[in-house]
Amino acid sequence: MPLLEVKNLEVSFDTPEGEIQAVRGIDFVLEPGEGLAIVGESGSGKSQAMLAILGLLAENGTARGEALFQGEDLLAMSRQELNRHRGRDIAMIFQDPMTSLNPYLNIERQMVEVAMHHQGLSRREARDHAIAMLTAVRIPDAEQRIRQYPHEFSGGMRQRIMIALGLLCEPEILIADEPTTALDVTVQVQIAQLVAEVTARSNMASILITHDLGVVAGTSDKVLVMYAGQVVEYGTVAQIYNDPLHPYTRGLIESVPRLDRRDHELHAIPGNPPNLLSLPDGCSFRDRCTRAFDACADLPPLETLPDGRQKRCFLEPGA
Amino acid sequence: MTDRPSQTYREDEPRPVLRVQDLAVHFEIQSGGLLRPRVETLKAVDGVSFELYRGETLGIVGESGCGKSTLARAVLGLIPPRRGRVLWLGEDLVSLDEKSLRKKRKELQLIFQDPLASLNPRLTVGEIIAEPLWTFFPKFARVQVEERVRGMMKMVGLLPNQINRYPHEFSGGQCQRIGIARALVLNPRLIICDEPVSALDVSIQAQIINLLKDLQRKLSLSLIFIAHDLAVVRHISDRVMVMYLGRAVEVAGASRIYDRPRHPYTSALVKSVPIPDPSLNLRDRDTGLVGDMPSPLNPPSGCVFHTRCPYAVKRCTLEVPPLRRLAEGDWVACHRAEELDLTIVKDDPVAV
Repeated sequence: MPLLEVKNLEVSFDTPEGEIQAVRGIDFVLEPGEGLAIVGESGSGKSQAMLAILGLLAENGTARGEALFQGEDLLAMSRQELNRHRGRDIAMIFQDPMTSLNPYLNIERQMVEVAMHHQGLSRREARDHAIAMLTAVRIPDAEQRIRQYPHEFSGGMRQRIMIALGLLCEPEILIADEPTTALDVTVQVQIAQLVAEVTARSNMASILITHDLGVVAGTSDKVLVMYAGQVVEYGTVAQIYNDPLHPYTRGLIESVPRLDRRDHELHAIPGNPPNLLSLPDGCSFRDRCTRAFDACADLPPLETLPDGRQKRCFLEPGA
Repeated sequence: MTDRPSQTYREDEPRPVLRVQDLAVHFEIQSGGLLRPRVETLKAVDGVSFELYRGETLGIVGESGCGKSTLARAVLGLIPPRRGRVLWLGEDLVSLDEKSLRKKRKELQLIFQDPLASLNPRLTVGEIIAEPLWTFFPKFARVQVEERVRGMMKMVGLLPNQINRYPHEFSGGQCQRIGIARALVLNPRLIICDEPVSALDVSIQAQIINLLKDLQRKLSLSLIFIAHDLAVVRHISDRVMVMYLGRAVEVAGASRIYDRPRHPYTSALVKSVPIPDPSLNLRDRDTGLVGDMPSPLNPPSGCVFHTRCPYAVKRCTLEVPPLRRLAEGDWVACHRAEELDLTIVKDDPVAV
């Protein structure tokens, strides 16, 4: 049985301008210990899909479909049932560590409570465990610094604390939503390495949500590319980077300036990100696609190829 | 420092349009409690010098807090410097009064990071782009201004028939185009771009970078391009200046600085940039860098980088290394530049 199986997940929001379809039917499977990256630009629905699975959508959001965690549907659970899984089985790290830590409580208080609640540890045991986790994410002098408040740490250190908090209950799945985007480059690489290292060490599955193909390349096993709320391509990291099948994936890879290449031309994707309130009929990418043709007026199905890759495009591989 | 007396330029040698000499910006910070107030000095920019030539792009990179944005604002006279000179075509902008400085601003323009926040939401696109024209040429005829605005919109890839729309009707990339049109409308000679693409989606970043490159070639603009993303900076720049804690630590040609950094901090920055290639495993990457950037309120003694530098020796903790010129003509502020070999070992190039 896969660890997590998402089936036809849809997320919509009621807004004064009308209903917004943020996620329009996505399916994916996460195996134990696997590292999945969900790649997409702002508005692609990548974050909302994950928030929906954890029951964290905003008030005006609705999720439909199934998200089976070890066979149990997270979307059908009551809040109470969900609380047994959140934090303990599935933990999430957010982009901005300052806004996800409580500024009024010191680190000890925030970590110890979680460990006592989910793992039934005594206060003393929970504190030792928290210090061990902070040390594992390489926070120097964890024993002293655990008494400090979030503002007394740098951005990189705060993100390390978030990771330590996420790992506290040794979850089966660690979801990280743009964990390095708010950090400086030299700190980014340290944090990305840290996430990869801790998940590998305890054979934890991970879902990395990001817009940065550079970060994905070195850290994940599989990649799911999203555009306008749908999966447009799925495959192993090597497949996606070496032989992208969807023009959008290809465009994303070619539009990233690379430090290791000399004077290559940047191929920008023309046009603008889709407006979710007025998506074109047929393929959502077709008005930005340089290879669109007549057939694209119909929505291409998500097609599974013999090697297990998936693509939502009428173009034949190699065409 | 990069400072040279002007008489040392040969007749045929190109002269820089901009020469920044020993520029320093300090902020007074109130600290301590109510009972024991203290004033500390934050040296945001501490003695930076560089030159910029006509039609050249100088990239400035560094992490948050290194002083790159403060430097940009000081060059434009938006923040008064503590000391130093900003010579624009030979004239020192620092010594000018507000009125004469304002006149100069026609030639020097700034493009901001957050495209939507930097545009007035109550003005139409046409009004936003025309505003600098009205400020400097209040007597222009309406038709003339509108014609110019439409021309600018076309040049930056906006549809001229959108002239009466408001900023919120545009996407981030389009708003950045509006900002660029506004900056260009006065025919400036220098544009400072402060993180112009970091708030944009990847696919849109490339559009804006290509647009800026294209406009620069067409209009032979001098550009200062500030960003924290070394790959973006290298892509657009002729030369790159690397800053750390308010100081320039290296200035060199854009491709040279990537192949063979001379300062350990530059080398760490280069090694930190994620490369979209799965055959290069991030887990094996070693930047050689330890810890976080120290507080600029209390910078380390000697070389400001010594607390994080894997090559630091005792001398580095005592003596401030000056920015000095190496035999190859590049500039570096490191005591050990000659003895260190920081050549970036390239992984085998993967078939493209």
